[in-house]
Amino acid sequence: MRDQHLVSRRTLLQGMAAGTAVATTGLGTSRPAFAKDLVVGFIYVGPKDDYGYNQAHAEGATIIKKIPGVTVLEEEKVPETLDVQKTMESMIELDGASLIFPTSFGYFDPHMLKVAAKYPDVQFRHCGGLWTEGKHPKNTGSYFGYIGRAQYLSGIVAAHTSKTKKLGFIAAKPIPQVLINVNSFALGAKSVDPTITTQVIFTGDWSLPVKEAEATNSLADQGVDVITCHVDGPKVIMETAERRGIFCTGYHADQSKLAPKGYLTGAEWNWSKVYEAFVTEAQAGKPLPNFVRGGLSDGFVKTSAYGPAVSEEARKQADSVKAEMIKSPDYAVFKGPLKSNIGKEVIPAGKSYPETAIELESTDYLVEGIIGAIG
Amino acid sequence: MDNVGMVLVALIAGALRVSTPFLFVSLGECLTEKSGRINLGNEGALVLGAMTGYAASYETGSAWIGVLAALVAGGGLGLLHGLVCSLARVNDVAMGIAVMLAGTGIAFFFGKPYIQPSAPQLPVIPLGFWSDAPQIRSALDVSPLFFIGLLVAFVMTWAFKNTRTGLVVRIVGDSSDAAKAMGLPIDRVRVIATTIGSALAGVGGSFLSLSYPGSWNEGLSSGQGLVAVALVVFARWNPLACAAAALLFGAAGALGPSLQTVGITQGYYLFYAAPYALTLLIMILTVAPGRVLRGMPGELSLTR
Repeated sequence: MRDQHLVSRRTLLQGMAAGTAVATTGLGTSRPAFAKDLVVGFIYVGPKDDYGYNQAHAEGATIIKKIPGVTVLEEEKVPETLDVQKTMESMIELDGASLIFPTSFGYFDPHMLKVAAKYPDVQFRHCGGLWTEGKHPKNTGSYFGYIGRAQYLSGIVAAHTSKTKKLGFIAAKPIPQVLINVNSFALGAKSVDPTITTQVIFTGDWSLPVKEAEATNSLADQGVDVITCHVDGPKVIMETAERRGIFCTGYHADQSKLAPKGYLTGAEWNWSKVYEAFVTEAQAGKPLPNFVRGGLSDGFVKTSAYGPAVSEEARKQADSVKAEMIKSPDYAVFKGPLKSNIGKEVIPAGKSYPETAIELESTDYLVEGIIGAIG
Repeated sequence: MDNVGMVLVALIAGALRVSTPFLFVSLGECLTEKSGRINLGNEGALVLGAMTGYAASYETGSAWIGVLAALVAGGGLGLLHGLVCSLARVNDVAMGIAVMLAGTGIAFFFGKPYIQPSAPQLPVIPLGFWSDAPQIRSALDVSPLFFIGLLVAFVMTWAFKNTRTGLVVRIVGDSSDAAKAMGLPIDRVRVIATTIGSALAGVGGSFLSLSYPGSWNEGLSSGQGLVAVALVVFARWNPLACAAAALLFGAAGALGPSLQTVGITQGYYLFYAAPYALTLLIMILTVAPGRVLRGMPGELSLTR
């Protein structure tokens, strides 16, 4: 009796297979490559409200949401493991995403490359400079910004504000991108007053709140009165500096709310510019560029509004240098002759490196005037 | 001030600032282990306490209510661990790891909306009022929680030695056979000890979010709870030694940044490893091979 009501296993399996086939083809056709209604996926490695790296990207995503015909998917705290592949696949399969921005460095290889090979119709753009023509799939690419000039401007403002002529820089790891920022900040400060020193402290990792607070305190103890940083979430550093009654300049995003008295200015990403460009091209059905880079003059990077402690003189100088930077893309912060802080000549006289110079990408020194060592 | 003086001040300041979470977690763990259980979940209690404390302080406007909430949250996690471990054939180390993951997971999940806002902070006791040097003044801004922690250490030492309750905990921890013979409620004692121990760890977490570094985010603990559990072994299950070990760890943690600020910059990775190298060294020097650690409760699953 009971058997009559049961579907035999074979029929069931056949039915399921047919159903799946219909479902997949259905998905395939209902996923037009770059139609008007575009689904864009953003993947962050940390919380998107961290006042830092991830918030900078999430702010860009917020702007994209306002473009008509665009649906934005976001997923935060996705580790740089197989998890990110699952996230990308679910964005593509379940939500029909056709453009994905995995924003963290470690998502690229192998995760994004693997998923990109599986879904050739979907476009992937990764934040960083890792994409190489010919080596990586055509539906992937890289975008990145040069933020050194903004740090140079922060250095100018810091030097004007400092009374002790001692600045502090809390950095995570001595890798080229970080060292370029430290050097740019110190050079900006030295352009105001050549005797000014910048003390750098390496904490050893991207997010170590207790160590960052300790570093801020010991810099303040040593008489440093302006602090900046290159870590993933500058929140603790800004708050600690404010509590110690000293000044700070921000990084990644606008942190002025955390230090209403002491926040001077900051070097911020302006990813919305990049994302807007990608999305409008995708909506127009044009092929997306594979490799995008830009700096202050391209609007990829911006500076925070000046805080109340910034003097008229500082504003004037920083603004005029900024105008010059925006006008000429060849403006060079790194000009020879330049010595490292151990007395080695790193840029010979007569040479100058604009921010796009390939030489800067192998920076392994701290310039004269910085107290600290990378080893 | 000369450089040696600077580093010394930084070490003292670091000991006072950084040690408090180590102090609370190691005291809590000491109590739990004295009763014969290991609770690796205290890392979870620390993170959960940090989040709950911050959230409660933000919602109510009072940092002390935050500390109380952290105490309750930590205690709740400890109660869970204690009850589950009372079941037959439950391994307390494995359960501890599960509790640790649960605690941090719950904290991250509910802590999301509290990453951005700024919650009221605990007051500090300005013990450096006599000095003009800003370094010393800031170094001696000590949190009241630090003194509460020290007080707990003294009370625990005294209670283990001089009270009936202390004796009961020690008997249960040292020999369940003896405890059974005396008719002591072994499981109940252990559950209570684990709950109180975990509540202390929760208070340690509230120090992280409400005093120093004084904000909530997901990287806040970076494993301090686990280090504190190890400190208990290092301190030979003696609450006062736990306090000393916590201070030592705090000072050693301040060594890296302060040496870099005075210009000793080579090999900073080595200075950051100093606390761990120190622990290893003392362990090697004090443990004779082949013998059970002095002071170790006989019922710990490590010895059985």
